[in-house]
Amino acid sequence: MKKTICFYFQVHQPDRLRVYRFFDIGKDSHYYDDFANKTILRRVAERCYMPANQLMLDLIRQHKGAFKIAYSISGSALDQFVRYSPEVIDSFKELAKTGCVEFLAETYSHSLSSLISPEEFKEQVIQHSNTIELLFGKKPKVFRNTELIYSDKIGAMVADMGFSAMLTEGAKHILGWKSPNYVYTNAINPRLKLLLKNFNLSDDIAFRFSDRSWAKWPLTSDKYVTWLSNSLEKDEVVNLFMDYETFGEHQSASSGIFQFLKYLPEAILSNSNFEFCTPSEVSVKHQPVAPLHVPFAISWADEERDTSAWLGNELQNEAFNKIYSAEKKVKASNNASLLADFRKLQESDHFYYMCTKFFSDGAVHNYFNPYDTPYEAFINYMNVVSDFLIRVDKTVPEKEVETGTIIAEKTKPKNKSKK
Amino acid sequence: MRVLMFGWEFPPHISGGLGTACFGLTKGLANHGVEVLFVMPSAEGDEDQSSVRIINASEVVVQETVKNVNDFLEKVQFLRVGSNLVPYLDPVQFSNMVTEQKEGQIEDYKHYFGEKYKFSGKYGANLMEEVARYAMVAGEIALKYDFDVIHAHDWLTYLAGVAAKKLTGKPLVVHIHATEFDRSGSNINTEVYELEKLGMKEADMVIAVSNLTRNIVISKYGLHPDKVVTVHNAVDFQGVESMDVSRGIDDKIVTFLGRITFQKGPEYFIEAANKVLKRYPDVRFVMAGSGDLLNRSIRRVAKLGISTRFHFTGFLKGTDVQRMFAYSDVYVMPSVSEPFGISPLEAMRANVPTIISKQSGVAEVLNHAIKVDFWDIDAMADAIYALLSYPAISQMAVRNGFDEVNSLKWDNAAARVADIYATLIKKAKF
Repeated sequence: MKKTICFYFQVHQPDRLRVYRFFDIGKDSHYYDDFANKTILRRVAERCYMPANQLMLDLIRQHKGAFKIAYSISGSALDQFVRYSPEVIDSFKELAKTGCVEFLAETYSHSLSSLISPEEFKEQVIQHSNTIELLFGKKPKVFRNTELIYSDKIGAMVADMGFSAMLTEGAKHILGWKSPNYVYTNAINPRLKLLLKNFNLSDDIAFRFSDRSWAKWPLTSDKYVTWLSNSLEKDEVVNLFMDYETFGEHQSASSGIFQFLKYLPEAILSNSNFEFCTPSEVSVKHQPVAPLHVPFAISWADEERDTSAWLGNELQNEAFNKIYSAEKKVKASNNASLLADFRKLQESDHFYYMCTKFFSDGAVHNYFNPYDTPYEAFINYMNVVSDFLIRVDKTVPEKEVETGTIIAEKTKPKNKSKK
Repeated sequence: MRVLMFGWEFPPHISGGLGTACFGLTKGLANHGVEVLFVMPSAEGDEDQSSVRIINASEVVVQETVKNVNDFLEKVQFLRVGSNLVPYLDPVQFSNMVTEQKEGQIEDYKHYFGEKYKFSGKYGANLMEEVARYAMVAGEIALKYDFDVIHAHDWLTYLAGVAAKKLTGKPLVVHIHATEFDRSGSNINTEVYELEKLGMKEADMVIAVSNLTRNIVISKYGLHPDKVVTVHNAVDFQGVESMDVSRGIDDKIVTFLGRITFQKGPEYFIEAANKVLKRYPDVRFVMAGSGDLLNRSIRRVAKLGISTRFHFTGFLKGTDVQRMFAYSDVYVMPSVSEPFGISPLEAMRANVPTIISKQSGVAEVLNHAIKVDFWDIDAMADAIYALLSYPAISQMAVRNGFDEVNSLKWDNAAARVADIYATLIKKAKF
């Protein structure tokens, strides 16, 4: 059996919040920095999405179906494409038509809902799957969670929703001596297969490509294929998972990243023992070797590979709990604009900005962050959430939501009046 | 290694942060095996001499042998005239100064060799005279004692430092705790500026208390960047005890504490307070301190109609400062220009979440204070509101802030200063 190379690229853009002062609370309920969102989206489209899509399309045609890739595009990014840069959607549709591109499912709002609310999580996944099917013609079969967050429970939830496989990080503290270059299964429901990111080889491209202080710089396609062959000497599959923005945005075009990508498939396919597969093909082709036990959530972020980049300090936990405290009421309201804001405010990026870890480590955090300090990020977010909660309370008066305490209060006076 | 250090004040006799900083630094230096001979204009004898030897300049007899000081004094006399030069203006001194001027105490001074000079050690009306005399005495002291390097703190002592250097040839370090631009904005006193420039020019190395100050020194005094290094101040909490107070009111309290002068940005605090009060009624603002903008501030508060919620305490002394921190829920330092700024550290030490202006040196060393531009009253109001309304942020700022200020040790700052000494001494030998 041929050895497998599996590429998956993450496409996501957050809905950045505008500077929202406390005196706006109750007065102005537009939360987003439309100008920044539009400018950044168009910039990234111009530098990354459009040229990279064109290159992928050329490569797929050039290799006549032998080159295959997968994308996961968050709903937040899709919505912004539709608004600010519809040509990106068209170019993804073009890629979809080749049949060599698989689109994965994720939570619509790039949210952390899997960690707190199964109900909200499922709704977002369904919303996302439907949108993908509508746009690209195929219902996703493989799931990837926000930031590759995964635990046994989340996996079981995903399996129940009918997905055949899920992607996550090949975290060292989970794998131990085991290799990420095999297919594993969920510990609760063995029908769900797990594809693990080979973070060394993925990060060589995503983070280190243009790093001149890196001992192995410059990275060429041939050099990279040698590393792949070394990894696959005994193992079966190398999963290369990375942000799509790696191409042209995180690694600028002048670094040679597009040239690297242009010659990579050719170099890989020149080894007759290698082939490209999409994630769903991988899950069919390779037999799982063992169940993987992940009692606590892992992710693809930072050294820790856990969820501490989003939920690692008091600020983040407070903000997270506050927004999800509105879930029941928002759903009871049946109000489309409330629901839309509720979803946008769940985007993981908002919590990422409040991370205090970058005081010690994290050039990456700084790069993505529109705020100078986590405190500023928190203040701004909480002002927005305060306004949002006021709107929720106005739309849905307390009594309409079924919670234990309120019902008790309500029934007491009734009894009295009867007497 | 022995250093001859020129200061202007030393605990317990302090009117600004300079004395405290000198004390912390000398203690830190002692821990690194550096012996400090500390010269100050008018020692009372009750200074903390645990880690330094204090030399009272008033006690030193100026001998006629100091001939070379003569040509030096020509410059000094040129600079002598000033009377309104007051670096720190606290209310007591302000009134003293006015009376002094009224009594026409600005007399021509003559220098009698072979006599002791009396120094007030205060920032008074005859400041320039004292500065010049201090330099004279400094020369005498420099010839009398044995040391390896000279260290002068702030412009008042630069002349003394330069005199000592000229007489002994020992390397000179000048330490910038504040520049004339911090004290007066763009409306600087040119005499003080010239004196500062002279000190920096003659110095072998210039230490600035923050990168902010370092940049001012480089851009406004024309110094070569290689000659200016930043050594951030630290803070010494030994002997500071936390205080429990009972409050008479339920309202939260937001505090400004410092001299009410241009440099400290009191008007921005008032405007931010006004914005917060419109949305958050259960809060009171306190402006503690005194200064030349006090009356204007009171008028502004009255005009805004927030006097029932905005209180002035006047100048706070001793334990009242600690008590004020203990009363506070938020501390704000909106300084327009603050070379370092020690008070936010005291606030954080007292478990008060703190907002500081980005135009302060202390912002360079703090992660767990909220930083805003001094002019951005919207952001300032927003930060105050957040600390009052979102418990998570104040809890986190308090907990991490406490750890953070406790990690700012004079020992570390002193180690860097000792390194600078060592390099200079080594260079001087070749």
